[in-house]
Amino acid sequence: MLDRRKAVARLLSRRDDDLLVVSGLGSPTYDVAAAGDHPLSFYLWGAMGLAVPIGLGLALARPGNRILVVTGDGEMLMGMGSLATAGARRPANLAVCVLDNEAFGETGGQKSHTGLGTDLAAVALASGFAAATSAGNDGELEGAVDLLRHAAGPVLAVLKIGRDPVPRVLPERDGHVIRQRFRSALLQDAAMS
Amino acid sequence: MNGDSTDWRDDIWQALKRVGIAQVAYVPDAGHEKLIRAAHADPQIKTTVLTTEEEGVGLLAGADLGGERGVLLMQSSGVGNCVNAFSLLRTCGFPFLTLVTMRGEWAEFNPWQLPMGQATPDTFSRAGFLVYRVDRPADAGPTVAAALANAYDSQSANAVLLSQRLIGAKVF
Repeated sequence: MLDRRKAVARLLSRRDDDLLVVSGLGSPTYDVAAAGDHPLSFYLWGAMGLAVPIGLGLALARPGNRILVVTGDGEMLMGMGSLATAGARRPANLAVCVLDNEAFGETGGQKSHTGLGTDLAAVALASGFAAATSAGNDGELEGAVDLLRHAAGPVLAVLKIGRDPVPRVLPERDGHVIRQRFRSALLQDAAMS
Repeated sequence: MNGDSTDWRDDIWQALKRVGIAQVAYVPDAGHEKLIRAAHADPQIKTTVLTTEEEGVGLLAGADLGGERGVLLMQSSGVGNCVNAFSLLRTCGFPFLTLVTMRGEWAEFNPWQLPMGQATPDTFSRAGFLVYRVDRPADAGPTVAAALANAYDSQSANAVLLSQRLIGAKVF
């Protein structure tokens, strides 16, 4: 099992402005914030199931950027059809990282479908992703990070993480601020649409 | 389809092109068939088929983050699938336009279409949308153009309902 904070910090290490991050609600948003706040992180606090669709729309709009979606197993399961949508569109610049503790960690730790048989890396491959993998130790993490940061997409990596509680690191919560900050950093003419 | 089967659909397409729509997302409907075909045929437009309508809300939010404008095409039966997704638009102030072909309101043969068709206008209103209804072919292009201005100039969420009478009641 991987430590979620260390794994996400490794995933986002030496981050540059070409990397655009979308984080799924709950712990993945806190993990991305804990790795270092950045204007090109779009933090979700709701809209469960839409992390991959948002990443896909961004990937289509910005083919010169790398788009990394960091989300949890519950959020990914709710939007599992979006893996088929991304697999049909096949953007080479889209990467999806699923932080998988096989549980709904925010709501009492109820076991999720990934702990009951669903293999999200296999779902991604069967949906047309270019590559997908799972990682549960430090050696496997390096391969997963390389896939997520550099390989031709769409790619997906499941990081098997432990369930030990970690301190909450809460980024900006005002959606208007998060959106405007992201667009101002990415787009030169972002004052208005 | 009734009457002249080309004009109002072409007017909608021209309105979308005039403001530089770059992404089209859809769950298919017979009433949108011509727009969907035009979108796929246009090399300047990235067209994405969805497994469910709420993906389109996320997709167009992502397009906006990347500086592109888009439109979501769906049928009224898909509106209910999007309710929680609409919170993304309101909470973050995303500009948004969806064109909705209506069922369950005019000479409907399928009783399963009635509940969502009848609830569609109120669902959008309660989610904070500006809602427009098109009954006459001549109004389609201007209404979509007005909704686009409200979406992208005034940064709001907009739904244009293309009535079942306009499209022509589906008959099996």
